[in-house]
Amino acid sequence: MKRTEALDMVREAISQVIPDADVAALGPDDAFRDVLEMDSLDFLSFVEVLSERSGVRIEDDDTPRLTTLSDSADFVVAHTQ
Amino acid sequence: MHRETISKDTAPGVTPNLADYDRARAEFTWSQARTALARLPDGGLNIAHEAVDRHAAAGLSDKVALTCVSRGDAVSTVTYGELTRRTARFANLLRSLGVGHGDRVFTLLGRCPELYTAVLGTLKNTSVLCPLFSAFGPDPVEQRLRLGDARVLVTTAALYRRKVADRRASLPGLEHVLIVGPGTEELVGTLSFDGLMSAAPDTFTIPPTSPEDMALLHFTSGTTGAPKGAVHVHEAVVAHYATAASALDLHPEDVYWCTADPGWVTGMSYGIIAPLVHGLTVVVDEGDYDARRWYRILGEQRVSVWYTAPTALRMLMRATPREGPYDLPRSYDLSALRFIASVGEPLNPEAVVWGRDVLGLPVHDNWWQTETGCIMIANFAACEIRPGSMGRPLPGVEATVLKQGEDGRAMVTDGRVTEVDSPDVEGELALRPGWPSMFRGYLHDNERYEASFADGWYLTGDLVRRDADGWYWFVGRADDVIKSAGHLIGPFEVESALMEHAAVAEAGVIGRPDPVAGNIVKAFVSLRPGIEATPDLQRDLLAFARRRLGPAVAPREIAFDQDLPKTRSGKVMRRLLRARELGLPTGDLSTLEGSS
Repeated sequence: MKRTEALDMVREAISQVIPDADVAALGPDDAFRDVLEMDSLDFLSFVEVLSERSGVRIEDDDTPRLTTLSDSADFVVAHTQ
Repeated sequence: MHRETISKDTAPGVTPNLADYDRARAEFTWSQARTALARLPDGGLNIAHEAVDRHAAAGLSDKVALTCVSRGDAVSTVTYGELTRRTARFANLLRSLGVGHGDRVFTLLGRCPELYTAVLGTLKNTSVLCPLFSAFGPDPVEQRLRLGDARVLVTTAALYRRKVADRRASLPGLEHVLIVGPGTEELVGTLSFDGLMSAAPDTFTIPPTSPEDMALLHFTSGTTGAPKGAVHVHEAVVAHYATAASALDLHPEDVYWCTADPGWVTGMSYGIIAPLVHGLTVVVDEGDYDARRWYRILGEQRVSVWYTAPTALRMLMRATPREGPYDLPRSYDLSALRFIASVGEPLNPEAVVWGRDVLGLPVHDNWWQTETGCIMIANFAACEIRPGSMGRPLPGVEATVLKQGEDGRAMVTDGRVTEVDSPDVEGELALRPGWPSMFRGYLHDNERYEASFADGWYLTGDLVRRDADGWYWFVGRADDVIKSAGHLIGPFEVESALMEHAAVAEAGVIGRPDPVAGNIVKAFVSLRPGIEATPDLQRDLLAFARRRLGPAVAPREIAFDQDLPKTRSGKVMRRLLRARELGLPTGDLSTLEGSS
């Protein structure tokens, strides 16, 4: 998957879980969990949605690599090669 | 119902405080429990004195009281001596603002060291502390500040901007807003916490405090109407101390971690007060749940007693299933851990057994609520565990099961209730008032307070059954209040927020069972005439509710339903919505609108 596609996918997954999230204003390196006040249930949903959309199996232990738009997109790209 | 009982055959490394349940029940008295505390020189009783000052005075000055792990994993410590000085500064700070006895000080903070200073400093000053959960949205925050007569709010610039600034004008009683960290300069009408703290003297003499002086205000949710502010007094500390000894088995050498946020009663009673009164080292994690992070903290901080919640345990079960592999927990040294307890919602039997298999320790479920102020029913360190059961009443606690009436609550006939004597019969859990941390009222709402009692019993609103051996089993709520991720959520508060949306005509909110959170908040809404039910509107409504209510309270699912079931008086029947959602029989519909 191309990185731009992955980035869009991450943004969409966030929007689906946090409908009022201003993802356009989110910087590539912002820790979105904090910025968007995602609680642990939100984050769990985000992981599920992202996994479903990308077809990438995401283990709980992978979650430290899903903290920003940038590292989340990298993660998806790396696992869809 | 037969489930595998977990026995406690092997001798524990630490002798449990409560070694013989029946004997402890027979011998315990609250008057004796009162003697375990130090008291003020004039005989008064102040929570902050018991939790902080007396330890510093008794040679524990250099002992670590708080080990704080920041979001970024930086670890800092606060000794009992330092905590004494910081809380003295905060008490002096309040006094310099003219804030005194009985005045309400609110916190809206994450789990940062300043939160502990503000809580205990407020109690030192004999002001009343009301904690707010930082994941509340502007609506719940404003409502609680107003209902609780907030004079002071301690928060951060980001939280203030997001949740309070717009509403400040409608809160004339809120005189002082103290901002922790930078950002005061840009926020009109705020003061710098850090600046005022450094200017305040670090010694403070606690003024006379009566055991019956109001100390804490905890908001909780009811089925209808506004949230209720449960009032707790300084004497509650007697119960915090005694129950933490019996139900959490706290010993002086323990390192203790309670994962509950102090914005809720568990995080206050057992995250701050009880462990400090026991003179322990308390682990404070500012970060959010993350499986690796939690295992790491348990290991690196050498946590010995861990008090957590079913939702968190179920998340850990997903990360590290019972079937294995156990690589993640095994990559940390969890050998210090000796006792695990859980509260907030019923703990499923699988989670109890998971603890035994994956962590080497079964999880001890217990039960209590905001109003009780302390643990009432528990599985104990020395006793067998019946997985799925909340356990048995603590020493000093008298519980019973009351026969239900038609509305599901305890049946009251001519002022009298009927106790259920037969085992395994469902009824409402009731408690005999008289323990020290029993709430003393709902603030400004004596009517609802009075309605919580019948025939000398406090009615909990929880349905349970008691087995032949006296173990209690949670069945459900007797009312419409939703337990989600360990938090109590009032459907009325959520419905009210949704009805503020221009498209919504009516709303009914229920808890939909969820494998991780226990229940999640689901809303059914009917739309005003001419409004079309579209996915965009659905998103818009979810966003709208979340903006107002915050993630802790907002619905996670919204469904459109133009035919919400209603009573003849026009009230949405949540019970029926729930039955429909679950595919259950809908029962007696005779009061339903349109039925004959």
